[in-house]
Amino acid sequence: MINAYNFAFFDEGSKREIRRATLKAIALPGYQVPFASREMPIGRGWGTGGLQLTLSLIGREDVLKVIDQGSDESVNAVSIKKLVSDTTGVQITEHTSQATIIQSRHRIPEVPLKKEQILVLQVPLPEPLRYFESSEHETKKLHAEKEYSGAWLMLFEQIMKYGSMTTGADHPVMVHGRYVMAPSPIPRFDNPKMDENEALILLGAGREKKIYAVPPFTRIVSLDFEDYPFEKESFDGKCCRLCGSEGVFLDELIDEATGEVYYQCNDTSYCYEILNKDEKAGVN
Amino acid sequence: MTEFEVPVLSIKNLNKQFGPGCDHCRNPEPLTLIKNYCSVCGTVYACRDVSFDVYPGEVLGIVGESGSGKSTLMQCLYFDQETTSGEAYISSYQNGLNNLFEESSQQKRYIRNHLMGKVYQNPLSGLRIDFSSIGNIAEKLIAAGSRNVGMMEDRGSELLSKVNIPVHRRKEAPKNFSGGMQQRVQIAKALSNQPPILLLDEVTTGLDLSVQASVLDLIKSLQREMNISIVLVSHDLGVIRMLADRTLVMLEGQVIEQGLTDQILEDPQAPFTQSLVHSLL
Repeated sequence: MINAYNFAFFDEGSKREIRRATLKAIALPGYQVPFASREMPIGRGWGTGGLQLTLSLIGREDVLKVIDQGSDESVNAVSIKKLVSDTTGVQITEHTSQATIIQSRHRIPEVPLKKEQILVLQVPLPEPLRYFESSEHETKKLHAEKEYSGAWLMLFEQIMKYGSMTTGADHPVMVHGRYVMAPSPIPRFDNPKMDENEALILLGAGREKKIYAVPPFTRIVSLDFEDYPFEKESFDGKCCRLCGSEGVFLDELIDEATGEVYYQCNDTSYCYEILNKDEKAGVN
Repeated sequence: MTEFEVPVLSIKNLNKQFGPGCDHCRNPEPLTLIKNYCSVCGTVYACRDVSFDVYPGEVLGIVGESGSGKSTLMQCLYFDQETTSGEAYISSYQNGLNNLFEESSQQKRYIRNHLMGKVYQNPLSGLRIDFSSIGNIAEKLIAAGSRNVGMMEDRGSELLSKVNIPVHRRKEAPKNFSGGMQQRVQIAKALSNQPPILLLDEVTTGLDLSVQASVLDLIKSLQREMNISIVLVSHDLGVIRMLADRTLVMLEGQVIEQGLTDQILEDPQAPFTQSLVHSLL
């Protein structure tokens, strides 16, 4: 632990300001609360929003897990873990169930979250209506007036152009019947996990200077049409080539030499846990 | 006959000023203003005490020279601008008891989406130029609560063919279309939720004569077919003569004359109207 910095890198005033924004966000599920995004030792767009949330929340007792696109070991995840651990000395884990704070980029872990946990998601574009309306002044009004035709119109356009809704990630959701929210670029597969989730989900956009939240047990509905219902990615008949799991989000990998297509768990720690359990049980 | 006696839209004492106003121009003496402009504080009185009623199935024309407050009036009616003072009632909204200008912005949004359609002079203001034409029509339907893609596509295609846009071009963006086609897409969009009130702001200005004729023809036939009430703003007396049942003449933000269109055009009373009619080529 580096003592030259204050605990968790920030001065106490900064932490308090971020926590205050977070509290407001929790009180207004799905509403984007502006906050004074700090200059961070990592570049904007690399998870500064999530990192600021994590740093403002973390205490000595916390156990931290950081994931980047399902992986605990990618450069981004490792750098963030290093920074937090160097400035706080908290315990780091890869096990989803052992963590109290999970900072994640673009995935919700496969292991269901519990009520003691906080999931922090990194958000590049917090405004679900941005493509439809470029002015922040206008989108604020649209949110205030609950005028969300733009969000549906974007999906309608996709159906007109491609025959189905083509949001690969960041499929907009309605939070508690009030605010339409960008769930951060998680795959559609993870959208239903947000609904009535036991854990507190916080979303932070550092570059766009917004914090928003999904409190525990909040109703989350993915936007869709009567005749084009929301569907998550289907992995029917496919399983992880390493651990054999089904019904999880799989990465499609192609062996460039043979052209063979195979699938593998996107959530690496989940995959390891299954493999280790099998090993202990003597399956392999 | 009694059902015809209730106006669908009723405007009372609408005022719109740009600027704070001062003691000099608030003085009711008419000579304190230069036209509708106060030389002391720079306030422009765009609409002054405008009142009128629109009855079911009626086309009300508003004429006047440019700068007379016609478009500002239309913007106020569609809540694009806040009014300074005045009242507006729609018979199908809260039984015509609530002043629309005093409703919350959510309610105004509801009124716009469900009870009104507007066609702007410039198609860029009324359309999302990068979205598909059918998407533009769907936007109005989605706003009015529809969540069924099949229904919206059918309705959109039906409207586009009604305004003579080939159905195979429905997925094309209006930016690829000519000005006349864009204007017709705008009309289709405005009609999509079958509003009882349609606001047309200089719809044919800038279109060539043959397209003008077909757009006017279209509006006339749609209006007859669907029995919509229309408020039509134009500085073109030809358009007014063809479409409007009744006409208001505006000058410097005030209504100076009103009556049956034929009456206004054949026997204008106010000097301004006389010169307007006589300058008709």
